[in-house]
Amino acid sequence: MTALRIEGVSKSYGSLDVLRDLELSVREGEFAAVIGPSGSGKSTLFNLVSGLDRPTGGRVLVEGEPAGVTSGKVAYMPQKDLLFPWRTVLDNTTLGLEAQGVRRKRARAQADALFAEFGLDGFQRAYPAQLSGGMRQRAALLRTVVLGRPVLLLDEPFGALDSLTRAEMQLWLAGMWRRHRWTVVLVTHDIREAVLLADTVHVLSPRPATVVDRIDVRLPHEERDVAAPEFTAVERRILDALRGATADATTGRTEVTAG
Amino acid sequence: MRSALRSLWPPLLVLAAVVAGWQLYVTVAGVDPTTLPSPARVVTQGWANRRDLWDQTLPTLEETLLGFALSFAAAWLIAVVLDFSAAARRGLYPLLVASQTIPVVAVAPLLIIWFGFGLLPKMLVVTLTTFFPLAANLAAGFAATDREAMRLLRSLGAGRWRAFRLVRVPSAMPYFFAGLRVSITYAVIGAVFAEYAGAEAGLGIYMQAQKSAFRTDLVFAAVAVTAGLSIALFGATHLLQRLVLPWQRVSGEEQR
Repeated sequence: MTALRIEGVSKSYGSLDVLRDLELSVREGEFAAVIGPSGSGKSTLFNLVSGLDRPTGGRVLVEGEPAGVTSGKVAYMPQKDLLFPWRTVLDNTTLGLEAQGVRRKRARAQADALFAEFGLDGFQRAYPAQLSGGMRQRAALLRTVVLGRPVLLLDEPFGALDSLTRAEMQLWLAGMWRRHRWTVVLVTHDIREAVLLADTVHVLSPRPATVVDRIDVRLPHEERDVAAPEFTAVERRILDALRGATADATTGRTEVTAG
Repeated sequence: MRSALRSLWPPLLVLAAVVAGWQLYVTVAGVDPTTLPSPARVVTQGWANRRDLWDQTLPTLEETLLGFALSFAAAWLIAVVLDFSAAARRGLYPLLVASQTIPVVAVAPLLIIWFGFGLLPKMLVVTLTTFFPLAANLAAGFAATDREAMRLLRSLGAGRWRAFRLVRVPSAMPYFFAGLRVSITYAVIGAVFAEYAGAEAGLGIYMQAQKSAFRTDLVFAAVAVTAGLSIALFGATHLLQRLVLPWQRVSGEEQR
């Protein structure tokens, strides 16, 4: 079943075309990565999918319904963790539930049940300032997952972490996904991250963005080794696709900003 | 607590030095106590008249607290209206700023003419002097809310009021307390000043009476009580902040 279908979507702000005729679809339980040069409109795409913004043309369908903030089908995890310093970690993870109007007591019970699995047990009453960068991201992901919405939208979730923590978090997320098989759309700059986590990688062109290539990562999720030749071959394909897309747009000048 | 003590002793030391110098000067030069009483005289005479001083302090404190409560309510109301309506921001905010240019010296006697010698005109003077820093800081605090946080709330399906309650109010709190500390120091002075303009009781009218009777020592004693009240209220805002924003202490320690 198709969880997310983006049909010929265009978006412009005044005379600025950000997305043009973009096609993308994600099956239920699929991990999709979207990768593209800086400023290629990935954030705009996210705003459309999460329902914060409407497309100028085309349709965004989540489980067959037009995307909207009130439909409650997409849970969005922003680039910054956006944990509120005035709330304890537990109360931060209930924020989404509270925003939907769930009673605080019930929301706490629901979020608390996930703490052990997210490696946060014992930190329920701590404040975000007392957590490490990796723990903060896990708390932000918990806040997103606890909503139980059909589609998870992750916007460069590990972009702000140092590279060691990032690598650790990528492996952790891979493990979590194998267990839960969430439907995920991950926006990233990091080719390795995309190949490590995703079933399919959608490569965007520079602005106005459209999907120029769709690469299936046919590696078993359980044993993806970043040093294996099959792994680097996929990385190479994505890099070429990105390079090609950028070269087309700038008439011959090669420029790769991803990676 | 230890850090509070650490930050308290330097000003106390300076104050002790000033008081000692003052005492020394008055004793050595033999200054007439109606011109400048010695600190020792202020303390002993103030203590001897403690019942009187206490009776005058109560009405001043009442005016201060009620006036401040009114100011508090008005500041929240205005700041929320300003935050919710761009039209109100355009129409009201410049007038609020302009209102701060009206000299309270001129308004206080008018308030007495309109509302008499009772509690209300004093409350209003306190409100007028303390309202602006509170409202302006609160409005600035609401406006400084992280835009990304608001988008997150919106994407989660939160309506305007709920997002306001969950994000804008708590993130404005540090601003609010900054404004609260500024305005609480004006509050007691506002009340004393209002009494100067005409009152039946209070520290302001007491100072005026003692000045006319050449009891400079008791004027100083009343000033000391006024200062003590202000400092106590200022300290209370810090305690309140620790209670309301416990996370600030934790986050502060973590960053040290």
